[in-house]
Formats: sequence, C-alpha cells, structure tokens
Amino acid sequence: MAIGVKIVARPGSFQQQMYLPAIAEGLGVTFKHFIKNWFGNMTGNRDKTDIVTLAYPEEKRAYPERHRGLHRLMLRDDGQVRCVACMMCPTVCPAHCITIVPEETVDGRIEKRPKLFEIDELRCVVCGLCAEACPCDAIRMDTLDHAKPVYRRTDAILDKEELMSRGEKSIATQGGVGAFWREKVAGEPQTPAAGDVVPAGAPHGTVATKTL
Amino acid sequence: MDEFLASFTYGHAGFTAVSALIKIVFLMLALGPGIASILTWLERRQSAMMQDRLGPNRANIGPFKGWGIFHFLADALKFMFKEDFVPPRAHKFLFALAPVLALAPALIVAAIIPFGAPLCWGQVFEKVPLGACQQPVDLQIAHMDVGVLFYFAISSLSVYGATLAGWASYNKWALMGGMRASSQMMSYEVTMGMAVLAMFLLFGTLEPGAMVAQQGPWPWQWGIWGIPHFVSFVLFLTAAIAETKRTPFDIPEGEPEIIGYFVEYSGLRFGMFFLGEFIEIVFSSGLMVSIFLGGWHVPGEVWLALHLPNIAIVGMTFGFWLVKVFMFCSFQLLIRWSLPRFRSDQLMQLGWQRLLPVSIANVLFTAGWILYSSSK
Repeated sequence: MAIGVKIVARPGSFQQQMYLPAIAEGLGVTFKHFIKNWFGNMTGNRDKTDIVTLAYPEEKRAYPERHRGLHRLMLRDDGQVRCVACMMCPTVCPAHCITIVPEETVDGRIEKRPKLFEIDELRCVVCGLCAEACPCDAIRMDTLDHAKPVYRRTDAILDKEELMSRGEKSIATQGGVGAFWREKVAGEPQTPAAGDVVPAGAPHGTVATKTL
Repeated sequence: MDEFLASFTYGHAGFTAVSALIKIVFLMLALGPGIASILTWLERRQSAMMQDRLGPNRANIGPFKGWGIFHFLADALKFMFKEDFVPPRAHKFLFALAPVLALAPALIVAAIIPFGAPLCWGQVFEKVPLGACQQPVDLQIAHMDVGVLFYFAISSLSVYGATLAGWASYNKWALMGGMRASSQMMSYEVTMGMAVLAMFLLFGTLEPGAMVAQQGPWPWQWGIWGIPHFVSFVLFLTAAIAETKRTPFDIPEGEPEIIGYFVEYSGLRFGMFFLGEFIEIVFSSGLMVSIFLGGWHVPGEVWLALHLPNIAIVGMTFGFWLVKVFMFCSFQLLIRWSLPRFRSDQLMQLGWQRLLPVSIANVLFTAGWILYSSSK
C-alpha cells in the first residue's frame, strides 16, 4: 500500500488564524491576575488575592479536630501522671513503639505508675490504638501536631517528661465513679440529646461526667 | 606631555576613547547584566503572581528581604559552586567556546542603543535648553549609520553559540536543539529585517539615536502609532522573541522533549547561556523602545530643560528610558508565561508563510504610502 498524505482540514476562521485577538485576550487574563495578586500582596491584603500558596513555617493549615498526631500523657489533679502502668497500650501497639517500666507507688491508693514511659515516634504508625485501649484517659493523640523532624534517631524517642509537658488535667474521674455510678449520675443526660452539638474533638464521656 | 593632556579635552581622541570606555563599562558590564540578573528573579516572581502563587521570596541578606530580590545572587553563587562537567567525548575547545559566543553578541548589540539625553560637557550644572548644547556627549556608545543593521549582524552571530553548543556536546538531543536553533533564528531574522526596513523608510535613517530624535516626548508622538508602524512593531516583537528562543518559540530549548542545545552544560557555562538569553531580552527591549516607544524622551522635557540643570535632565531621561525598558521586559515575560509553545513545523509555517508575506506587504505598503504623500 502506497504511503498517502492525509490533508487534515484546519478549522477556524481567519480571525482565529490571526492569533492576535486570542493572544491579546490571554495576555489580558494573566495580566489581570498579576495585577490583582501583586497589589494585594504588596499592600498586605493576601485575603483579597487569588494566591493559594501557604508560606509554610510561618503559615500553617490547621489539622482537622480528629487528627491523630503526637502523643501526650494526661495529668491528675495533683499534676502527677495519670497512667497506672496497666500495660494495655504497649500490648495493643502493633509497632511496639511504647516502652513502659512500671513501679509501685508510695501511697498505695493507686497501685502502679510508670517509672519509664517512652514512645518511639519513628516506629509509631499513628494508628491510635493506644489511645483507644487506655482505660483511664492517660494517653491521647489529640495534640493536633505531628512528630517533629529530628537530627538523631534517639531524639525521636519521647520520654515521660516530654509527653507530660503537653498534658492537661483530664476531666474523666480517676479510677471511675464506682459501683453505683448510675445513682451518682442520676439526672444527668447520659447521651447527647437530639440537637445538642458535641464538638468533634471532645473526649468521650464529656457530657456524662462533666458535673462529677 | 601637554599635548597628551590636551588630547583628553572635549572633541579630541583621548576624550572620545575615555568616554566610550566609561559608557561601555556602564552599559555592557553593569547595566545589562544587572537588569538581566534581576529579570531572572522577576520572571519567577511575576509568573508566580500570574499563576496565583507567591514565587521566590525567601533569599535575604540578614534582615533585608526585598521581596526575595536577592535570589539572583543566590543563583549566581549556586552556579559557581556546581560541578563544571564536560562530557568525555565532547569537543573540548568548541564546548568551552559556545557559551562565550552566545553571551558576547548579546552584550555587543548594546553599542547602538541610546540610553539618555546628551550630556552637555562643561555645562552639566547649568540649565541648557534641549538642542542648544555646545559640547554634547551622547549617551550612546557608537553612532553608526548602519545602526540597526549592526544589531542584525551581531545578534545573528549568537546562532553560532547555540549551534556549536549543540554540536560540541556529543549528544543527540543537544544536536537537535542546535539544529532547531539555527533554523529558527535564520527564519525569523528575515522577518525582523523586513520589519525594520519599513521603519527605515518611515524614519529615513537606520541610526537609533536619530530615530529617537525624530520621535516626540509625549506618548502619542512615539514611533508606534500608524498602520505600518504598528505592524512593524508586532512583527519585530514576534521576531525578537523568536530570536531570544523563549516561549512561545522555545523549540530549540524544548524543555518537554529535548532539553535543548545546552543539555550538557552545567555550572557557570550554563549560567552564561542563561544570562545571555536575558541580556538579549534587555537589549532587544532597549532597541524596540528606541525605535517604537520614544526612546529616552520624557514627557515635558522641553519645559523641564529650561528649569533644571543639565545633569538632572540626563538623569531623568536615563531613568525614564530604564523604566520603559524594564516595563517592556516585563511585558515580554508576560507573553512568555501566557502563550503555549508552537510545534516546530508550525513555527516554520508562521515564520515563512505568515510573517514574511505580511512584512513584505508592509514594506510595499509603506513605500507606496510615502511615495503618495510626498508626491502630493
């Protein structure tokens, strides 16, 4: 079969083939964007511009409220660590990144506390199972922050003090309310009533335990 | 000895040589590369603003950020510290020569561009009406009657830089880039010459200084107004962008497919190609400002010259010229970041089948018009 040349019809009017009107239109579009963004940026009105760049270290986009991030250890009313060294979290942790060495407490009211509590953020897979497993609201991942970059691997292992430095007092009752909790919380709504908006990031049981 | 010193007074060889040397150092070594360096930053910043981004704004000297204008210094520093790689089978001498051949013509064409009103030697602090100067020192390196033809002659030499770079690299892609560069630049020089031919007929001179002198200070007295003038302007601008090998005519560089004739270049050698391209933009803008946009003329300069010392007038005209050139460079960047690129065959089609007939028709029309209006 002989090689034929297929002549493709080029559509478009003479005006289109002149290019110039379309070029002027295109230049107008880009120039409009340039002027708008330039003036807005020069006068400090970034919100009036179309610029979508986020100047990262200075400007950060907030993580969503349910974001699982860097761990923290919550505190009791007296400022001590809330953790009772029950070993639930290192047991459930699929990455084996939690190391707890328990020790006996002095007062004996709560038997154990962690002597050593370390989390290797490089091993952590951010699954959130530790926070799910914790029976006493001691470990949380709600810092809305991510693990910081470090120069040495050992710097990524967070110790107890560092984890506690981000901690707050939990509003959950240490040790639970007890056997007769139904009577103690009588009159309190146990579940959010219809129409009550519970903040997405609120810890479990906020509504039930807030007056106790 | 006295004779030697006397040769440095106005009108003698020594004075001419020294003043020319100062102008060369100022325009070719300081101003041209200076603006070109800033353009490398401006290109990135302006394109960012056009595309709803922020662009490079970080480089700083201590607390001075200046919207990131120091990025060009950082770029230069980076070029200096990069490895200077030469491909093992490259032609060593031509490989080294090519960047010089690309950069040098871009600088040399500055010789014909007038960049300010004449300085009145001996009366710099006096009020001198325009044109009444006894000892003028022109702010233009060379008065050549061939003028714009000199620009063509020199700027067409830069095709050797591109072609040799492509050939000496011993790289297929570079060679293709070099071939494309030579075919493109030769095609568009024809159009460029024809565009200037029409302006030559209209001005009656090829000397940019004389062209500027024929234009007036006010924007409506510039050389761009009129049908043949404007057609010439569009043709010249198109051809000039093609000569600088930038989008929409970046076929020789062809970043998406072949990297172009400088694919094997790194470090300062690549920097010379890069800077040469921007210097070409600056001085082609300078030439177009001289021919079409009134050169160094400042609105109201006749009145100002009667009330301000000569040195202030010279400074103002130079500043106004600089602003015009800078705006025009910025306009070229706008074009570069707005238009999609041509295909290689479309480029040839545009050059030979569209622009060349239009430019020839423009020349004929201009000639007929001048004949008609002079016979009346």
